[in-house]
Amino acid sequence: MDTFVQQLINGLTIGSIYALIALGYTMVYGILRLINFAHGDIYMVGAYAGFILATSLGFAANPSAIGFVVTLVGSMAIAAAIGVAIERFAYRPVRKFSKMTTLITAIGMSLFIEYLFVFIFSGTPRSFPQLLQNDSYTIFGNATISTSQMLIFGVSIFLMIALQYIIFRTKIGKAMRAVSFNINSAKLMGINTNFVIAFTFAIGSALAAAGGVLTAQYNPKIEPLMGILIGLKAFVAAVLGGIGNIPGAVLGGLLIGAAETLVVGYGSYIGIPSTYRDAVAFAILILVLLIRPAGLLGSNVQEKV
Amino acid sequence: MTRVFLAISLVSSVFLTFACVDKSGTGTVGPAGDTIKVGVYGDLTGQTSSFGQSTKNGIELAVEEINAAGGVNGKKIQLIIEDDQGRPEQAKTVVSKLINQDKVQAVLGEVASTNSLAAAPVAQEARIPMITPSSTNPKVTEVGDFISRVCFIDPFQGSVMAKFAANTLNAKTAAILGDVNSDYSKGLTQFFEQEFTKLGGRVLAKEAYTQTDPDFKGQLTKIRNLSPDVIYIPGYYGQVGIIAKQARELDMNMPLLGGDGWDSPEIWKLGGEALRNTFISNHYSAQNPAPEIQNFVRAYKAKFNVEPDSLAALAYDAAKVLADAISRAGGANDSVRLKDAINSTKNFAGVTGTITLDANRNAVKPAVVLELNPAAGAFQFKETIYPEGMAPPATASNTMPGNMNLNAMNSNSNMNSMPGSNMNAGSKANTNPAR
Repeated sequence: MDTFVQQLINGLTIGSIYALIALGYTMVYGILRLINFAHGDIYMVGAYAGFILATSLGFAANPSAIGFVVTLVGSMAIAAAIGVAIERFAYRPVRKFSKMTTLITAIGMSLFIEYLFVFIFSGTPRSFPQLLQNDSYTIFGNATISTSQMLIFGVSIFLMIALQYIIFRTKIGKAMRAVSFNINSAKLMGINTNFVIAFTFAIGSALAAAGGVLTAQYNPKIEPLMGILIGLKAFVAAVLGGIGNIPGAVLGGLLIGAAETLVVGYGSYIGIPSTYRDAVAFAILILVLLIRPAGLLGSNVQEKV
Repeated sequence: MTRVFLAISLVSSVFLTFACVDKSGTGTVGPAGDTIKVGVYGDLTGQTSSFGQSTKNGIELAVEEINAAGGVNGKKIQLIIEDDQGRPEQAKTVVSKLINQDKVQAVLGEVASTNSLAAAPVAQEARIPMITPSSTNPKVTEVGDFISRVCFIDPFQGSVMAKFAANTLNAKTAAILGDVNSDYSKGLTQFFEQEFTKLGGRVLAKEAYTQTDPDFKGQLTKIRNLSPDVIYIPGYYGQVGIIAKQARELDMNMPLLGGDGWDSPEIWKLGGEALRNTFISNHYSAQNPAPEIQNFVRAYKAKFNVEPDSLAALAYDAAKVLADAISRAGGANDSVRLKDAINSTKNFAGVTGTITLDANRNAVKPAVVLELNPAAGAFQFKETIYPEGMAPPATASNTMPGNMNLNAMNSNSNMNSMPGSNMNAGSKANTNPAR
């Protein structure tokens, strides 16, 4: 039982990160019907921004709560700016063309960011500094949870609540919902859709960057290609939950994280080697697409032809 | 129209930038003819870039010394260095490039066995000798007679750690956590288990991870349930540091054991305090007071401002062995003669020990066990373990076991060289059958 609880904690830790990144995918899709393939790379950009902030401002040497908060918020701001810039200069010019054009632009953007970072920072993995004293606490039997894991839970829950608040309680949130419902009608109602779209990219990128910094506290190795696999899995999580659906992205992220870790922990009893953890996410994706194409919480919308 | 022009100029500027990078990466290009071209390939920018950088540094130092002393047979050695980014398919590509375009006369590289295995067939087919400084998987030299190495192989390395666990740490049970995509890791897992079981220990679990795993707590939690006496982690430093950290977070405080793949200054940043109570097998210790080692350490530090790890030392030896073979073969133009000269290397005094290549073109050398000291950021010498049939250095070989503190480095050394010992790795290392 202890072991199960421990595995669940491990799985939900990773799941929270997937959820944070999945939110960005799902929000952009909800508004633009665009799969932003560069989103996983924004997660990486966030981790690097945090790394540069933490090392240049000297937080690396003496761990403190202030250092952590400044690094987290700073990297979220930087990533938000980069997300907005990507939207402005890469996606907006091609938005009027077919969806395929935008999709391919997104793939190109993803590769561009990855190899730009390889070019600037080289592919050598860097060690992210420990920003807070890392202790581990026993919570249930001999199941332990570490400070970095608690941070991941705490910060993700806080950010998800903040996101819910922005979307349902603020004016810009209302505009986002309107744009997502029908972009042309929203425009007719006097909503500045370009601003709303840019704002959506900013929020999504900030969440991904938070994921990047939090993961780097847990697994301190960062490198320019770290966003590829985790981005793909977060995308799977978004589809699993029902792409375009915000609670669905969170649910999908947590489910994928838990499923993956449980496969590592218990897969060998049913003949699945622990190294198949990555395959699990994609097996789940295939199942979901077969059984419930709209995702767990997604509504099945008839495409207009 | 302006937009098209803009796009074209942007794209071409990107290519130009990369083209520039490529050029700077290929090292010095001098006038051909009076030089012997040697290709070097390694991971300079990828997941295990610390290995590639150390290897490059070691080779550069050796070649600098050789050229300063007048070169080999009056010819200077010219290095052509390629980055394979730690990717096997890239390793294959750059070695083809070195051989077919740059026309190198010998190749030095890789560290990771998987990358050496990918590139070795290219060298073998082109009949260009390749010396790998530090790939320890036995399959590497089995590719063919043009492939050789100056380090020991995994059957020995795996058994060294098994012996250390069973005899020195008195471990009865062990768990193994290996890298599923690495030939190096798979080899060590197999040989550690063989030897540990032979010594009466039990391997409770064999778990695996991939280098892209976001965390290792799933595997570690599973191992924690079995509470083994030690955990053997035959992986590379990039993952090991984090595994150690996450293990300690899970209150798993048993000794962690590893191999030469841990040997990188990066490991301290990744693992920190969690690396207390961990031990590795390695090729040499930079703390060894022997003058030939200290001279090398000094020269290396003066040039690169860091302490040489064992990969740097092996790379240095590989370059020196190559130069020695070139001079014995009377030049590098005849690749068959050069290959034969390399393969008949005997009693070559290297930094990492005396190098003699056996019939399978593997060096038979002792291994050292080092303890990690995170406070000092240093690998501290614990003991030396010899393969069978190899006597410890003269100072120690004349003395009886237990009376060997003449040489500090060999003080509690050789369980293997004791008469009558038949639990031996070296026998396997020497007569290693083709697999």
